[in-house]
Amino acid sequence: MLKIENLHATVAGKAILNGLTLTVPAGEIHAIMGPNGAGKSTLAYVLGGRPGYEVTEGSVTFDGRDLFAMEPHERAAAGMFLGFQYPVEIPGVSYLQFLRESLNSQKRAKGDAEFSGAEFIKLAKTQAATLGMDAEMLKRPVNVGFSGGEKKRAEMVQMGIMDPKLAILDETDSGLDIDALKAVGHGINEIMRAPEKSVLLITHYQRLLDYVRPDRVHVLSRGKIVRSGGPELAMELEREGYAEVAA
Amino acid sequence: MTALPTRKLEAFRYADIDALASVWPSLAPPVRVEIAAQQKLQQIWLPSGDDVDVRRFDVVLEAGASANFFALNTASRFGRIELDVTLHEGAEFEFDAANIGGGNSTLEVVTTVRHVEPNATSRQTVRSVLAGKAIGSYLGKVAVSRGADGTDSEQSVKAMLLARGATANAKPELEIYADDVKCAHGATVGELDREQLFYAAARGLDPAGARALLLEGFVGGLWDGIEGDDRGIADAARVALKAIA
Repeated sequence: MLKIENLHATVAGKAILNGLTLTVPAGEIHAIMGPNGAGKSTLAYVLGGRPGYEVTEGSVTFDGRDLFAMEPHERAAAGMFLGFQYPVEIPGVSYLQFLRESLNSQKRAKGDAEFSGAEFIKLAKTQAATLGMDAEMLKRPVNVGFSGGEKKRAEMVQMGIMDPKLAILDETDSGLDIDALKAVGHGINEIMRAPEKSVLLITHYQRLLDYVRPDRVHVLSRGKIVRSGGPELAMELEREGYAEVAA
Repeated sequence: MTALPTRKLEAFRYADIDALASVWPSLAPPVRVEIAAQQKLQQIWLPSGDDVDVRRFDVVLEAGASANFFALNTASRFGRIELDVTLHEGAEFEFDAANIGGGNSTLEVVTTVRHVEPNATSRQTVRSVLAGKAIGSYLGKVAVSRGADGTDSEQSVKAMLLARGATANAKPELEIYADDVKCAHGATVGELDREQLFYAAARGLDPAGARALLLEGFVGGLWDGIEGDDRGIADAARVALKAIA
């Protein structure tokens, strides 16, 4: 599903990723853990195609296609979903309008029929219910006045609506109380646990992994994967700290 | 017919005088709108569709009257909306307008709001979205007469520039001869937010669609106060934005 080879990337001329190699097969959930400054968010943004993040070496294929040959919106249409650590506010644009236009833009790109207003609202309500979110909130402007937890729940509702093949979730667990954490974990399992789907879960803490059990855990340090293992590696990190494990 | 104005006049400082000259001999006098005491009036002004489109209004609100005016300015060469408003005691005036243009268009909203008696309120909100070499201006004077205490006026002016060659001018002006007044004004000029553009792209919106949606959000709030279900101006604004996004 996702194959990253020897990836090097810079931000504002500073090298952040230094030869990262990682493969996420279909049907698997992989967690990337690492200390602050290891390059976790940079990896998410590079995969999403954010301007200002420059790839200097290496390759990434997504579902067999060259990821860097695609614009950010084309990556979304190809089935990639990027969950933001800090979801962006868009005053004046309702969530419903934002998501309907986004989804229909994806559908046009694929040559599929667009959703009507009624069909879309039905889909949005169903997905909001899965995440325990009041569908009325989707009438409000995108993320404006949402609490930290509401923003992250809304990210998961968006993921449910987009129904991606690959989700890259950047610190989706940060700033969540325990109820929101459970809801988000439930959402990830519900939406993404499937043989043809994959998740790259980027996180600083082990606690989300109590709700979403990863198939593999990787430790990122100074822009490289320094260790990989099964779910037990997350426990070891929690116990002993990054300094021990990544040394 | 009075003489053609020149740019030396403050109210015509940014005007396209050549374009104005082309319609000046046939220009109708300002439309007079009088709203009787305690009456309410809503008007929605759509562009005429002409490439030079000059609209002028003299408005008087008697005591306790209220007016909600909504205007869209999109002429391809020169669009000018000129308002002279007089507010008597306790009158409420609200004006929401958008300048949307590209190419070489010059679009302007020029207002004078006179608070001549106490306790009147005026709210003006103007949003400009400018592409190409378009020039969008707001010149707004609020004059508060002696004794017009309790005046509450607000001018909110924001512009979004989509190209390096586009220009926005904002000039809120206050002339106050009363003591107990509240007159707020703010003006900003900006570009589309890169974080918002990337967020929209990450959800699958193509670049033109993302720009159009964000611009609609920037302008859209103007029409929230329209009573009834007349969405003609919102639709026309959306079409104008799509054309330059």
